[in-house]
Amino acid sequence: MGAIEKFQEIYENRGDYIRDWKSRNPGSKVLGYFCTYVPEEIAYAGGVLTSRLLGSHEIEDDSAPHIFGMFCPFCRDVLAQGLQGKADYIDGISDGNCCMHLLQAFEAWYLNVRPQPKMIRADVSCTTQTARGVDYLTGELKAFQKDIEEWMDRKITVDDLDHSIDVFNQNRRLLRQVYDLRKADDPPISGLECMYMVVAGQLMDKKEHNQLLEEALVELDGRKLDRETGSRLMLIGSENDDVEFISMIEQKMTMPATVVIDEHCTGTRYFLGEVIPDEDRIAAIASRYLDRTPCPAKDWPKRIRFDRALQLAKEWKVDGAITLQQKFCDPHEIDMPSIRKYLEDNGVPTYFLELDVTVPVGQFSTRVEAFLESLMLDIL
Amino acid sequence: MSKLTRYPTKTFECWGMAKELRMDIYNKLAQKASGEKDWLVASGGTEGLIGLPAGLGDDYVPFGGEPYGASTGAMGKSQEMMAYCENKGYARDLCGYCRNYLGSAFGDKFSFGGKYPHPDFYFQLHFCDTHGKWYQPAAEFTDSPYFVIDGGAMYRWPKWNESKERKQNKLNYLVQQMHDSIPWMEEVTGREYDDEKLGEAVYNEIMCTSKWAKCCELNKHIPAPMDQKSMYAFYVVHVLRRHTKEAVAFFDSLYDELQDRIAKGIAAVEYERYRLIHNSQPPWYALNMFRYLEDFGVACVGSQYDFMLSGGWDYYYDEDDVARIRAAEPSPDLKQQISTRDGALTALASWYLEYGLQARSFRFPMLERRNIDVAIARDWNCQGAIMHLNRGCEGWAVGQLEVRRALVENGFGVVTYEGNVADPREYDGPRTFARIDAFLESQGLKKIAT
Repeated sequence: MGAIEKFQEIYENRGDYIRDWKSRNPGSKVLGYFCTYVPEEIAYAGGVLTSRLLGSHEIEDDSAPHIFGMFCPFCRDVLAQGLQGKADYIDGISDGNCCMHLLQAFEAWYLNVRPQPKMIRADVSCTTQTARGVDYLTGELKAFQKDIEEWMDRKITVDDLDHSIDVFNQNRRLLRQVYDLRKADDPPISGLECMYMVVAGQLMDKKEHNQLLEEALVELDGRKLDRETGSRLMLIGSENDDVEFISMIEQKMTMPATVVIDEHCTGTRYFLGEVIPDEDRIAAIASRYLDRTPCPAKDWPKRIRFDRALQLAKEWKVDGAITLQQKFCDPHEIDMPSIRKYLEDNGVPTYFLELDVTVPVGQFSTRVEAFLESLMLDIL
Repeated sequence: MSKLTRYPTKTFECWGMAKELRMDIYNKLAQKASGEKDWLVASGGTEGLIGLPAGLGDDYVPFGGEPYGASTGAMGKSQEMMAYCENKGYARDLCGYCRNYLGSAFGDKFSFGGKYPHPDFYFQLHFCDTHGKWYQPAAEFTDSPYFVIDGGAMYRWPKWNESKERKQNKLNYLVQQMHDSIPWMEEVTGREYDDEKLGEAVYNEIMCTSKWAKCCELNKHIPAPMDQKSMYAFYVVHVLRRHTKEAVAFFDSLYDELQDRIAKGIAAVEYERYRLIHNSQPPWYALNMFRYLEDFGVACVGSQYDFMLSGGWDYYYDEDDVARIRAAEPSPDLKQQISTRDGALTALASWYLEYGLQARSFRFPMLERRNIDVAIARDWNCQGAIMHLNRGCEGWAVGQLEVRRALVENGFGVVTYEGNVADPREYDGPRTFARIDAFLESQGLKKIAT
């Protein structure tokens, strides 16, 4: 099995990977994180494996007694994994003061999932834009560091932090290298493969992910996909590890299309932007989290995300963008009309779809195909 | 079944004052829109720091998005306003108040009549996911200036591993942002900021929220001196204008009147025999529900929502480790604290972080929030709860089902109904009343023949 296939395997069998990792790293612990604003570098520096908690995209009703049905399908799906005992490898959980939807899943997990995990909060600021953000977040992350030290019963040294920052920055660089290959007229890697690649990185030890990425880059050298690239698409929106959706676009349309770039937290929003070295390592980490492209929930009063999304669209030469959001997500819902108009005013056609736990493949394929047809008309 | 007692009832003497203070704000906004008088209008959420722009002058009028969204719902105008919003592509499951507000702005319609009163600037305190986003499209629509203070780094609940350093960091963060907002406001309005007016506004804001909490505490009495609908009419005074001395005077009057009613045995509900808390905002277009409950001798005596908007409550564990709430007490040094800009801002920020239980509940939605409703139900002598599973407000709906579980585990019956704080298309009246009938029947209550 090559590295590219390995990403898929880890994504699909994350529990097996993590249990194996624990057996190989006795004394270590696994921190399940609900949001990409959890400062993973600090936990990793303390010998903790950070692993994102995701859903399974299967119908469930386990979360129904705990979270009202008007909250996003993702938060309910994530909680269901805990309630069903599918994440029994988790020792602790962390939140990043994310959206209220996921905060519910986070606290409901703590209340109801057994064995009860250690709760380690990171009260990250709600916006990334205030002039006071770096000072505040630095203070908060130093407190988070102490929490990790207490939990792991060890001191996190400057060397630990430097090593961790190196590993994470390396990871970001390697992911960026793979993404850059997608700028080619015929990308050597599909959008689906890339999704597996990024999400596997959120689940696994970054050092091991880096090794796989290096192998993948070798595999991608000169690789040609046995398919027509077709329309070059961008995915924009909320959390999206919906492999069924992306495989529908790339494999089940009568007209060819390839996802060449994305702007969501299981893609570029997660890994673009490195920690820039600074005397105060924690301040450097804080700055990175404030400088990354923000989640819409933290993107105010200005809309920083829009320009960055457009920049990606231009660099990766997309023909159109599919804007996706988890149903019931207010921050995305408020952004949606504006980002669509912004992109369209700048020459990027858009199409809007709403994500639920499962994908209505029949309906979505008809709709996406109509969008692809409209893109073809533009080309003609 | 409880014994039937008929209590004397009486209309509130301060009712007219509450109505007048409320309409004063909306009349001024209408004047702004018509051009009759150019009030200095700042628009944003009303759940924190509405006194901050008061230093810009006595002509400052806050235009609060949430109470406006609620009033629009109560006046039956939601569908009109929401249509303006939804026609621009906004989702139908977006916050109900937000859709009413944005729809008014986009449609240039003011629910109280006339055109939408476009504010001079937008000014928001953020602790709900929708807060910071809400006024982005509004400000962009008219190219108006917009400032947001991040109030989402709240103090944690007691016992949840928060060091003094962590709390101080949160306080500094908030105070510094408040400081930053003042030169920004000076720049966008071209006015000089008056720290003395800020001090007065902060003093009034703290006194108001504390006094409202003390009024709510009086509702522990049996029979309750305030019914749910009256509470809605009263608390809106501090939601809309708690930074004013008129609001302080109002709550002082209300407190005295409540004490007088208790002394004279005056009830809000004539045949009170069963007490409920109503969890979450009501569906504002369907307040007849509370009159219907009264037909059974049921009094709704309060909840997190009507007690805790804008703060004023202390959540603590007593000597037996039982979670309780009590009205927060302003510092005896408050007048001294507000004598400088930094002192006033620090006093207000501390009050918000310590006693803003609504904001804390939004950011930490389950673990301790469950205990608040249990504390209210227990200490306000309730037998059960009616819970609005509210599709129109994420903030008040977070954690609801765990609150429900906690109430049930502590022996309080709970009836739920689905609806939307502002969107009548998501509320089924007959079904709701049928659920209430079934629930009250299970509690041994039937309608009282009158």
